[in-house]
Amino acid sequence: MDEIRVLSPTAILGYGFPVASFEEGLRREPHVIAVDGGSTDPGPYYLGAGKSFTQRQAVKRDLELLIKAALDRRIPLIIGTAGGSGARPHVEWTWEIVEDILNETRQSASVAVIFSDVPKALIVEMIKQGRTSTCGPLEGLTPEVVAAASHVVAQMGVEPFIKALQAGADIILAGRAYDPAAFAALPIMRGFDAGLALHMGKILECAAIAAVPGSGSDCLFGRLQKDSFILEALNPARQCTEMSVAAHTLYEKSDPYLLPGPGGTLDLNSTKFRALPGGRVEVSGTRLVPTPTFTVKLEGARAIGFRTISIAGVRDPIMIDQIDSILAAVRQRVQDNFAELKDYFLQFRCYGKNGVMGDLEPTPNPGHELGIVIECVAESQEVANTICGFARSTLLHHGYPGRKSTAGNLAFPYSPSDFPAGEVFEFCVHHLMELDDPAEIFSMEWRVVK
Amino acid sequence: MRYVRDAAAVIRSKNAGPFELTFDLMFTDKAAYDEVRHSITPERIAELYRIPVAHVLKIVHFEPALAVKITIVRPMASGALGETDVYGAQQHAPLFELTY
Repeated sequence: MDEIRVLSPTAILGYGFPVASFEEGLRREPHVIAVDGGSTDPGPYYLGAGKSFTQRQAVKRDLELLIKAALDRRIPLIIGTAGGSGARPHVEWTWEIVEDILNETRQSASVAVIFSDVPKALIVEMIKQGRTSTCGPLEGLTPEVVAAASHVVAQMGVEPFIKALQAGADIILAGRAYDPAAFAALPIMRGFDAGLALHMGKILECAAIAAVPGSGSDCLFGRLQKDSFILEALNPARQCTEMSVAAHTLYEKSDPYLLPGPGGTLDLNSTKFRALPGGRVEVSGTRLVPTPTFTVKLEGARAIGFRTISIAGVRDPIMIDQIDSILAAVRQRVQDNFAELKDYFLQFRCYGKNGVMGDLEPTPNPGHELGIVIECVAESQEVANTICGFARSTLLHHGYPGRKSTAGNLAFPYSPSDFPAGEVFEFCVHHLMELDDPAEIFSMEWRVVK
Repeated sequence: MRYVRDAAAVIRSKNAGPFELTFDLMFTDKAAYDEVRHSITPERIAELYRIPVAHVLKIVHFEPALAVKITIVRPMASGALGETDVYGAQQHAPLFELTY
């Protein structure tokens, strides 16, 4: 085999893709269809709560097309980081959709479901053995942090995918995976260069984001050969350029030359990007440098309380001039009124001043109107509702020096004015852990639909 | 004195994982890239964002994309209490004021 072809339909399962682009990709006879389901970008809530950030109907629409295309052609469909965060509830949520589609369309398939949840006891043991480390600017991992996390997942590499492919899976539904792994597994299994396969996967996982004009909801096609890979956008409105593909290599990374992953680091110091006719780009020179020990990245989030928010606008220039002192006075009044409640977080965000950048804002000068989001996070929804509601009513009627607008200080766009936003999570685990076996902790289940 | 924003085709910010914030400046011609890249120092970024110099983790020149990449410590973990920008996608505007 001198070439292996990989079709990436969309940047995230559920983000959609034009059918015409997908069919164009199928005409090129891919050996595998692979799609990434996840990201930590939407924040800690989704991992912590076990919820998907994509909607069921959108995911189902994409999966219907992908499953039919893969089963008709007898090529594997590989889904990485199912349900957005890849913990067990996310995988099961996606599985239910897959199962519904197979039953509704009377298609049969062997589905390998691979979980990425890491037993907490194992992590604690690894902490004891000194086999965990930080990954970025945060504290070392402790057993307390692990215990507090609602879900801890590890990013699997290609190895669990290869196991499932070798066992004949029609569909692989995986938990949290290193983004390129779903795309690189079949090429690596067939003996193609791992560095090139993973680099190609790194670009394919975001689909047409690496083309111009970029899109998170359109397809990208990759051909991996012996010494290089070629990328092609499948929509005539887009093309890959040296610049767009190289630029994508920077995306969401801190260092584009060295990209660490499970078991090794991609070294791009000798990578070349070369434009080919037809809006295609050839990439060569990327190498995989294996690390002495096999490490995976762990991700975990913990619950920290419940949130309530209230949204209001201010247009009064006298009030806007004094907004900082007014908000400080309101905060004091809330504190005095609920002296027994200490453990809550209360914040007034001022859009039109520094709502977007907070402390990083170099020019915190208010505009002619301000959008204020009052937010409380507390141990229960009831306390959050109480504090947020009290802060809102206090700010509404607060008398400040020189006030002329004595009927009310806030413009509310909604009734009710306050929104209980539910449980709040924070990332607490973002660390590296060594593994003795790259596949062992990722348990696999076979689910056959006939 | 010229503004980097007039020479750069792309000025953007984004999370690089939940604990780091990364900025990309990309240029369309090599001359502008070469002229600008050495004027972007940790000290200037620290001053612009009012953060300690030690929080500027890395400045990388990536010639294949004619790009300068700057990575800083995120003011807080993505989505932590007090968060203003979960994706980190709107933290780039101060770079418009960068000169060379």
